[in-house]
Amino acid sequence: MTTIGVLALQGAFREHIRSVEASGATAVIIKRKEQLETIDGLIIPGGESTTMRRLIDQYGFLEPIRAFANAGKPVFGTCAGLILLAGEIDGSHDAHLGLMDMSVRRNAFGRQRDSFETDLDIKGVADGYNAVFIRAPYIERVGENTEVLATYDDHIVVAQEGHLLACSFHPELTKDHRLTAHFVSMVENSKRTLAS
Amino acid sequence: MARTGTNVVKRGMAEMQKGGVIMDVVNAEQAKIAEEAGAVAVMALERVPSDIRAAGGVARMADPTIVEEVMNAVSIPVMAKARIGHIAEARVLESMGVDYIDESEVLTPADEVFHIKKDGYTVPFVCGCRNIGEATRRIAEGASMLRTKGEPGTGNIVEAVRHMREVQSQIRRLQSMDEDEVMVYAKENGAPYDLLLEIREEGRLPVVNFAAGGIATPADAALMMQLGADGVFVGSGIFKSDRPKEFARAIVEATTHYDDYKLIAEISKGLGTAMKGEEMNETTDRMQERSE
Repeated sequence: MTTIGVLALQGAFREHIRSVEASGATAVIIKRKEQLETIDGLIIPGGESTTMRRLIDQYGFLEPIRAFANAGKPVFGTCAGLILLAGEIDGSHDAHLGLMDMSVRRNAFGRQRDSFETDLDIKGVADGYNAVFIRAPYIERVGENTEVLATYDDHIVVAQEGHLLACSFHPELTKDHRLTAHFVSMVENSKRTLAS
Repeated sequence: MARTGTNVVKRGMAEMQKGGVIMDVVNAEQAKIAEEAGAVAVMALERVPSDIRAAGGVARMADPTIVEEVMNAVSIPVMAKARIGHIAEARVLESMGVDYIDESEVLTPADEVFHIKKDGYTVPFVCGCRNIGEATRRIAEGASMLRTKGEPGTGNIVEAVRHMREVQSQIRRLQSMDEDEVMVYAKENGAPYDLLLEIREEGRLPVVNFAAGGIATPADAALMMQLGADGVFVGSGIFKSDRPKEFARAIVEATTHYDDYKLIAEISKGLGTAMKGEEMNETTDRMQERSE
């Protein structure tokens, strides 16, 4: 069975658990870095990125998550998770995990009153996907190995770089599990590759 | 096409705050301390509840200058309070781009009968509740987030505990009911029937429910999380303590790891004196009774 961990320091982790389970994998809550050894893939959920970064530092998750990703295990960052994965934030190189070659802008669509939902086409994953953007970031630029899977209003909102996946919106807040299912299949593939 | 102000977007915003601490602040400097300590949002106020209590008189929406100053100081969401039923204060705060409005009994109510009909706003609202009747009525009016009322500004956790336990136990009771018993339960509690059916089915409220009103220490925050709160609001507890920075940090940590008692012991060491606090029978003006 494929096991996917959801980093549960703060934010919408319960919904991700439900979404992973609906996509046919086992989901576990990750609160301690030692637990990373028990999982095949990791989801970094939405929440407040500043708060999550502080808790990641405090509980020594920064290096273990980097090592996890560098070992070829898939990581999926949603909203705040996308910010944590990015190599460049708001034009500064003061990044968090810095795993993906991309530059992001925080709260890029505005304050809460500008938060919105819309229907998106995600390349190779889903058409007419119900995407919920909450004080969302977007990706301003991606490196040459990062593939753009969806844009909204000419801004990049879903990107994939090999085994790393990031989106601006909240796939866990609706019953549309297609993007989570895409990540689950990424994890299943990597598990096969890493085992062989 | 972008759809703003939908239920998913408004409730979703509160979902992102889960497991976090929302702190009352009265200026930019305090807002920065809160953000630095790991708060998920700040509540911009003119005075914290214990000062409102001490000052007496009519408590109103904060001066927009303070709210603006706080909004400019931090990148985390900023909430602000409007008086219960005060449609104009709520619209003013919405027009300023505040991220969440607390229709709050901490301020003097503008309307003793009716709450704001909140589903007509793009900005989401949080409201206080003591039981499932209040909780479901606020949700039906359009609240996207709830919190216990507790007894604000007292530094005494007893009322928040009462309210959290009441809501949780009523949800459990509802779950154990036969469907044909729900209508009478709706009548007894003045609770919208459809919402009760939804809660019975899901085993939880359709919006997040934070603890508020009396949290003064890391252990208080952990207690409320243990009782089923999705997160905590700390009003006077931080900036009325001896060492606000340390209290803020410790309360955030205790909220994340609410069941790690060794860690809570560690972070509680040498924290200094918490806010003074009040016994409930010495509390004459009960803010929680200002609405239902």
